[in-house]
Amino acid sequence: MRPLRGAPLLTLLVLLGPVTAGLVGTLAPALGVFPALGGRALSLAPMAALAAWPGLPGAVMLSVGVGLAATVVSLAIVVLFVAGWQGTRAMAGLEQALAPLLSVPHAAAAFGLAFLIAPSGWIARALSPWATGWERPPDLLIVQDPLGLAMVAGLVVKEVPFLLLMTLAALPQVRPAQRMGVARALGYGPVTGWLKAVFPCVYAQIRLPVYAVLAYSMSVVDVAIILGPGTPPPLSVQVVRWMADPDLTLRFQAAAGAVLQLALVIGALGLWRLGEVVLGRLGRVWAEAGARRQGDGVLRLAGLGLAMLATGAVIAGLAGLGLWSVAGLWPFPEAWPETVSARSWLRHGPGLLAPGLETLWIAGAATALALALVLACLEAEHRFGLVPGARSLWLLYLPLLVPQVAFLPGLQGFALMLGVDMGRGAVILGHLVFVLPYVFLSLAAPWRAWDMRYASVAAALGAGRGRVFRQVRLPMLLAPVLTAAAVGFAVSVGQYLPTLLIGGGRVQTLTTEAVALAAGGDRRAIAVTALAQTLVGMAGFALALAAPRILWANRRGLRAG
Amino acid sequence: MRRFAVLVALTALGPGAALSDPDPSDWQAVLEEARGQVVYWHAWGGAAATNDFIRWAGDEVAARHGVRVEHVKLADTADAVSRVLAEKTAGKDTGGAVDLIWINGPNFRAMKEAGLLFGPWAEDLPNWRYVDLDGKPAVTADFTVPTEGLESPWAMAQVVFYHDTARLPDPPRSMAALLDWAAANPGRFTYPQLPDFLGTTFLKQALYGMIEDPSVLQRPADQADYAAVTAPLWAFLDDLTPHLWRQGRAYPSSGPRQLQLMADGEIDLAISFSPGEASAAIANGQLPDTVRTLVLEGGTIGNASFVAIPYNANAKAGAMVLADFLLSPEAQARAQDPDVLGYGTVLAMDKLSPEDRARFEALELGIATLSPEELGPALPEPHPSWMRLIEADWGKRFGLAE
Amino acid sequence: MAGLRLEGLRITRAGVPLVALEAEIAPGEVLSVMGPSGSGKSTLLSAIMGTLAPSFAMTGLVWLDGCEITRQPPEARRVGILYQEELLFPHLSVGGNLAFGLPRAVRGRAARAARVAAALAEVGLAGFADRDPATLSGGQKARVALMRMLLAEPLALLLDEPFSRLDAGLRAQVREMVFARARARGLPVLLVTHDAADAAAAGGCVVELG
Repeated sequence: MRPLRGAPLLTLLVLLGPVTAGLVGTLAPALGVFPALGGRALSLAPMAALAAWPGLPGAVMLSVGVGLAATVVSLAIVVLFVAGWQGTRAMAGLEQALAPLLSVPHAAAAFGLAFLIAPSGWIARALSPWATGWERPPDLLIVQDPLGLAMVAGLVVKEVPFLLLMTLAALPQVRPAQRMGVARALGYGPVTGWLKAVFPCVYAQIRLPVYAVLAYSMSVVDVAIILGPGTPPPLSVQVVRWMADPDLTLRFQAAAGAVLQLALVIGALGLWRLGEVVLGRLGRVWAEAGARRQGDGVLRLAGLGLAMLATGAVIAGLAGLGLWSVAGLWPFPEAWPETVSARSWLRHGPGLLAPGLETLWIAGAATALALALVLACLEAEHRFGLVPGARSLWLLYLPLLVPQVAFLPGLQGFALMLGVDMGRGAVILGHLVFVLPYVFLSLAAPWRAWDMRYASVAAALGAGRGRVFRQVRLPMLLAPVLTAAAVGFAVSVGQYLPTLLIGGGRVQTLTTEAVALAAGGDRRAIAVTALAQTLVGMAGFALALAAPRILWANRRGLRAG
Repeated sequence: MRRFAVLVALTALGPGAALSDPDPSDWQAVLEEARGQVVYWHAWGGAAATNDFIRWAGDEVAARHGVRVEHVKLADTADAVSRVLAEKTAGKDTGGAVDLIWINGPNFRAMKEAGLLFGPWAEDLPNWRYVDLDGKPAVTADFTVPTEGLESPWAMAQVVFYHDTARLPDPPRSMAALLDWAAANPGRFTYPQLPDFLGTTFLKQALYGMIEDPSVLQRPADQADYAAVTAPLWAFLDDLTPHLWRQGRAYPSSGPRQLQLMADGEIDLAISFSPGEASAAIANGQLPDTVRTLVLEGGTIGNASFVAIPYNANAKAGAMVLADFLLSPEAQARAQDPDVLGYGTVLAMDKLSPEDRARFEALELGIATLSPEELGPALPEPHPSWMRLIEADWGKRFGLAE
Repeated sequence: MAGLRLEGLRITRAGVPLVALEAEIAPGEVLSVMGPSGSGKSTLLSAIMGTLAPSFAMTGLVWLDGCEITRQPPEARRVGILYQEELLFPHLSVGGNLAFGLPRAVRGRAARAARVAAALAEVGLAGFADRDPATLSGGQKARVALMRMLLAEPLALLLDEPFSRLDAGLRAQVREMVFARARARGLPVLLVTHDAADAAAAGGCVVELG
C-alpha cells in the first residue's frame, strides 16, 4: 500500500527528471558553458553566432509555418470528418483503420508519401506518358519545396489519425448523441450543429493533444529530412546538422539554436492559445446568431474526402514501399517494376534480425514499465482519492511539448556523467519518457470511466483491493490496457534521437537502421527496413486487438465496448 | 600524442586505466589482449555494400583472432565524434563507446586538434609495410593534415562522374563543358547539398579547374587571398545554378541519393567518390547497365579513407587488430572487387608477394569502372581550412535558395 | 445486539451537511430511506459500505451485530449490496460470478461447484453455470446478482434502488424474492428508493431524506 502511494511521484520523476536535466544540459552551452570545448564563462557569443546565421529567418519561418499549418489542417480535417460523420458507418470504418495507421512510424509514412508524390513517383508514373506526355520525370519542385508543403502533407497524414483517436476518446464524455439530438431538433444541420453544440466541449478535451501536435510538427527532424526543404531547412534540422558538424565550436551555436527552438514552441503555443480565445469569442457570436445550415453538405463531403485522402496516402505509400522492396529494375515511367524478386529481402532481411530483436526488447520493456507505472498511478488515484488536477496533465504532456532536440543532447551529457549510458537499460529509460505519456493518455479515460460500483460489489463480496484490481478491474479493462500497451509499443518502435543519443550508437533498432539507410537513399533498402519497422509496430496492435477477442470469445459483455 | 594519453590516464577516474593501453610495437601482446574483445566500429551505414563488407571483415577477424566486431551504423560520421566529445565532457576517459571510427578529412582534423585520438599506433601495424607510401601520399597526409600514426588508411577513393549513355552518350569532360551542357539541358545535373562531403568535393574539383597555381590549396586558406582564389568558382556556380536540377532550389542530401535520381531518369550525370560505385549499383540492380564512368581532363581529386581509435576506446587492442586486418592484402583485394566495394587499395603492388599480387590481378573491373590508367593521377585534397570556408560561403550564397 | 445500527451518522461534503441519520434495523426487518435524487441516498450506502469517496467526511458509528465496523475496510464488513444494475462481472461465467462471492472456507473445486450449482437451482437457473452473463434476461441477471450476494454470507443487505430498472411485472416478482430471502436469512435490510411502491412492499419503517 505504501509504495503505491508514491507511484505518482515516481512517475513524475521518471518523466520530468530527464527533461529537466536535459534542458539544463542544453542551456549551459547555449550560454557559452561547455568545459570540454573550453567554454568556462557565461557568454552571449553562441546566441550572437546563431543570430548571424543568414538562414535563421527562413529556418524560423519554416518551423513556425510548417508547425502551424500542419496543426490547423490536421485539426480541420478531424473536426470536419467527425462533425459530418459521427456515428455513421464511414466513421466506424475509419476507426478500424486507426490503430494500424497510428503504428506506422513517421519516417516510414514520409518515405511512402515521398515516393507517391515525387515527380518520379507513383502518381506521375501512373499518368505517364499517356496523360502527361512525360517520358522522363518533370523537373518540378514537389518534394523538398521551399514552403515545406510536402512536409506539411507528411505531418498531416500522421497527425490526423492521432487527433482522430484523441477526439473519439473525448467524445463520449460530452454526450454527443444527446447534444446533436437537441441541435437537430432545433433545425441545425449536422455539421453546423456539431460545430456549435459539440465541438467547443470536445476541443476543451483535446486541447493538450493539439498542443502536442503543434510542438511536434515544429521540431520534427526525420520527417523534415525526408520531405522538408534544405535551403534552408527548418530550425530543428539545422540544429542537428550543427551538432553533427566536424567543427566542434558549432556545438555552442547548436545549443543556442535548440534553446531558440524551445522558445519558438512556447511562443507558438502562446499564439495558438490567443487564437483559441479569439476564435472562441467569434464562435460564440456565430453560435448565438442562429444560422441553421451553412454549407453542411459540402463540408460533410470535404471532411470525408480529406480524411480518406490522408488515410489513403499512408496506405498507398506503404504499398509503394512494399513494391519497391520486391522490385528489380523499375525505371520511369513504368507504373510497375519490370521484374519482381525477393532479392532485397534476402539481402537486407538477415541483417535486420538483430536490430529487430533489440527493438522488441526495448519496446517491450519500456511499455511494460510504463504500463506498471500508469496502472500504479491510476490505482493510487482510486485508492487514495487523489484528484488529478489540470496541472498534472500538463506535466504529463511536458515530454511531448518540449522539442527533443532541446533536451536530448543535454540529457546524453548527464547520462554520461552518471555513467548510466550506453546500455539497453538506459535506452529503455529514455524511451520510457515518451512512452509513458502516451500509455497514460490512452488508458486514463477508459480506466476512470470504469463503473466503480463493480468495485463496491466485489468488496461487498469480500474481495480486498488487491483482488478487486487483479480479478475484476484488470480483466474487465483488458482491451484498453492492451491498446494502451500497443500505443506505447509503437511509440517506442518509432524513437530515433533518444535511441541514438542515449545508446551511444551501440543500441541499434530498426529505426536507427532505417534512418542510417535513408542517408544512402537506396529505395529498396529503405523500403525493406521501413516495412519491417512498420510490421513490428503493427504486430503490437494486432496482438492487442486479437488477445481480448480470443480470451473473451465467450463474453459478449466485453466485446460491445 | 602519447604524452597526452598518459596525461589523460593520470587524471582519469580509474587507477592507471590508460597506463595499461596496449603497446602496438609488441604485436604479440596486442593479439593476446585483443582476443575476446568486442570492437564497436562506428562507420557510415548508408550503403548496403559497405555494410556487407564490414560484416565480412568482422566475421574474419572473429574467426582468426577472436575479436568480435559490432558495426555501429551511423547516418553521419560526426555522430561518433560527438559521442567521444560528450564522453570527454563527462569525464569518461576510459571504457568509451567508440572503439574504431571510419574517418577522414575534417573529422580527423577536429579529433586530432581536440586531443580525442589514441596513438600513434598505425605505423606499428604488421601490414603497414605493404602500404604505398611513395605512390599514394594521401595515406599519410589526410587532406594535407599529417596523420602521424593516429589513423590507419584502408581505402583509396577518387572523384569520378557517372552518366547514363542511353540519355547522355557524350558527357562533358571539363567544368566549362559541364556548364555549356547544363545550360542546354537544364535540370539534368545536381550535386549533394553541402556540407555533405561529396557536395564540397564537387566545389573543390571545380576550383581545381579554375586556378592557375593549385599549390595554394595545399596551404591553409588564410595564407592565400581566399576571395581572389575562389572568385571564379562563385562566378561559375552563379552561372550553373539556374540550370541545375530543381533550379538549385533543392539538392540531394547525400551522394548515394543521386543513384536513385539517376535510376528514375531525373538526372543524367552525377559525381561520385568511388570509382566502382556505378558498377556495384549496376550489379545489384540499382542502375541500368548503360551507365558508365568518366574523369575530367586535368585529373580529379583523390583521398584515402582511414580508421582511427578514440583516446578513451574500450577495446584498443581489438581495434588495432581489426585495422591491421583491413590493411591485409586479402581484405584489400576484396574491397577492390567491384562486386563487393570497388574501393581502390592503399597497398603498393611491388611490395606484395607474388601470390598476394595475383589476388589483385585476378580482379575483373566492373562494366562501368575505369582502369587505373584511365583514372589517371589523383589530385591532392586541399587543406581542410579551404573546405570550411567554401562550405560557409556556399551556405550563404546558395544554401538559401530564394 | 443483532442487526444494523447507525449511531449519529452525519455526512458532510466540504463542510456542508448532506445526510444525518440515526437508525436501528433488526434482523429480518427493512428500513426504507426515501428521497429525491441528489438527497444523498447513495452516499449513505457508501458510508455504510466503507467506500465513501475522500471528498466526503463522516462522523458517527456503524454497528453490525454488536460489532463496530466503522473503521473496517469494505471487504471485511460483511455488508452486502445490490444496485440498480446487476453488475455481473462480464469476464466471468455465471458460475464464476457466484464462485467469486463464495467464501474461501468452502474448499475444493467440487465442493465449490456444488454450492454454486445449488444456489443456481435455488433460483430456477439450474445448469446456467457456464453461461455468459451477457446472454441472460433481465430477471435472470437479477436472480444471479442476488444469489452471488447471498453466497458471500453477508450480515446485512443494502439495496440501492435495485428494482427501478425492471418492468412492472418482473419488478414485483424480483422484489418479493429479495425480501423473502433476506427475511429467511434474518438479514437487516436498508433500502433506498424514490419509489413509494418499493417502500410499501418492504413493509418496514420509512425515513425521508432531503
